[in-house]
Amino acid sequence: MAAVSATVGAARRRRFDPSGYLFLLPSLLAFCVFIVFPVAASFYLAFTRYDILTPPRFVGVQNYVFMFTGDPIFWKVLGNTIYYSVVQVPLNVVVALALATALNMRLRGVVIYRTLYFVPVVSSIIAVAIVWRWMYDADWGILNWLISFVGIPKQNWLFDPKLAMPSVIAMNVWKNMGYNMVLFLAGLQGIPDVYYEAAKIDGARGWHLFRHITLPLLSPVMLFVLVISVINSFQVFGAIYIMTKGGPLDATNVLVYHLYFKGFQDLQMGYAAALAWVLFAFLFVITIVQTRFARSWVHYGQ
Amino acid sequence: MASSAIAAERRAAASRGVRWGRVLPRVLAHAALAIGAVTMVIPFVWMVSTSLKTEDQVFVLPPLWIPTHPVWGNYARLFTEIPFARYIFNSAFVSISVMIGELVTSAISAFAFARLEFRGRDKIFAMYLATLMIPFHVRLIPIFLVMKFLGWLDTYYVLIIPQIFTVYGVFLMRQFFLNIPQELEDAARIDGCGNLRVLFNIILPLSGPVIATLAVFSFLNTWNDFLWPLIMTTSSNMRVIGVGLAQLQNEYFTLWTLLMAGSVLALLPTLIVFLIAQKYFVQGIAISGLKG
Repeated sequence: MAAVSATVGAARRRRFDPSGYLFLLPSLLAFCVFIVFPVAASFYLAFTRYDILTPPRFVGVQNYVFMFTGDPIFWKVLGNTIYYSVVQVPLNVVVALALATALNMRLRGVVIYRTLYFVPVVSSIIAVAIVWRWMYDADWGILNWLISFVGIPKQNWLFDPKLAMPSVIAMNVWKNMGYNMVLFLAGLQGIPDVYYEAAKIDGARGWHLFRHITLPLLSPVMLFVLVISVINSFQVFGAIYIMTKGGPLDATNVLVYHLYFKGFQDLQMGYAAALAWVLFAFLFVITIVQTRFARSWVHYGQ
Repeated sequence: MASSAIAAERRAAASRGVRWGRVLPRVLAHAALAIGAVTMVIPFVWMVSTSLKTEDQVFVLPPLWIPTHPVWGNYARLFTEIPFARYIFNSAFVSISVMIGELVTSAISAFAFARLEFRGRDKIFAMYLATLMIPFHVRLIPIFLVMKFLGWLDTYYVLIIPQIFTVYGVFLMRQFFLNIPQELEDAARIDGCGNLRVLFNIILPLSGPVIATLAVFSFLNTWNDFLWPLIMTTSSNMRVIGVGLAQLQNEYFTLWTLLMAGSVLALLPTLIVFLIAQKYFVQGIAISGLKG
């Protein structure tokens, strides 16, 4: 906020410069062609039936009606997406926060740890998902080999309707937690030592410090992490495409995979556009709710 | 400063005789981090190890962590039987082109938003930001149709042009440009510099960190992008490495030696870029996260 008002002040001292439009022209053009127009077109397409081969035909809200009442797997797909999000996001956040807290203890080798945890984040999801498929292999995968030491029988991870989703979630937690960890670490490093010292004088230790100093002061970062993580979790695709193709029995079929399949395999472009708008609606509502609720727990002190 | 404070604290703690209370959490933290680090590394070790094996060394238990006779044949196969060289070239060419394009479009418009005064400027910027709420998938189908209409499907155009403008890039650069002192710009303007000279001689030379950050982000994002090239290309010649790898899996579903070699090739460039430019990458995440 402060930065914005400072710029406004600085800008006032400058004079009106119409060549600003000239500098903006390329990006404004791209903005219209690749963002504004497609969004508007997509809104219209969602009310049409369109298979690419014949011109789009206006059908009113039929796509949405079909989605909620006719599509045999829509509710399952939505449920799967929510399941994925509700499990993946908290797991990811808890592990990332724990790691960041440990890293923030000014230990030796912090840079090496941070690098190692971050490597999966910058790795190709396709490459990583294929390795995990291999590790999950029922007969020769190393995961079944590892659990055999603690007496757990072989599991058919990706082909068991109950285990497939947790398996994909585990892979994605592994892949993405480094991202949140870096955010948390930056937040932790921004908490001035004086807060801890003052609390220690009052006799606070360990968990109390974490609960009453660290968490409140970290809450703005936490809000950002939660918002971004939920948005990303609703858009999971690559891992599903490689590891399960939405199976078995649609147990891992999620919104974006369904959208991809409907649009680009079944060529139901109008219906796929409608699915995309439902994705948007969900993310919009969730984000609004998150930021509204934030007032009660996010601490904008200092 | 910090380390001397810690040392002083440690001495005080030791003299109070509560050393274990301070050491134990650190030992536990190290243990947790080390276990985590091993978990992070195992899949990559397993990938490289499998990629160097012959078929008969793959299906054995207990698993063979280090192949007895490492072979390069799997990699050779990728380059002779499958056009992996082409995939890698496509990915590199597309990623570098998008990176350059995104840097240029972002710098020019961020300059206008951050350093020039004109009517509607902040409204336009707010409009840009508002669209960040709309997931990319909403635009996917119309853009696909436009690309089809233009005859760009399955060409480099479709892989590059629609990707070179991002609101994120404009935002990141604008935030950085805002913090460059006005005095430097004013001095240049008194010397008779126009907007272009100010941008190229004053602003950009001071913007090394943000340019590096956006460059790394852009390169890695494009290299690792999957849904876009999957939908927009069909011929083998136009596949980027992610799509090529997915196709390889479709054809050789459990030929793990070959699949792992392909995975290593897809990862290697991003790993190198990340290790070289790690500082900027981590900085960029922290900046966009904490100030966003």
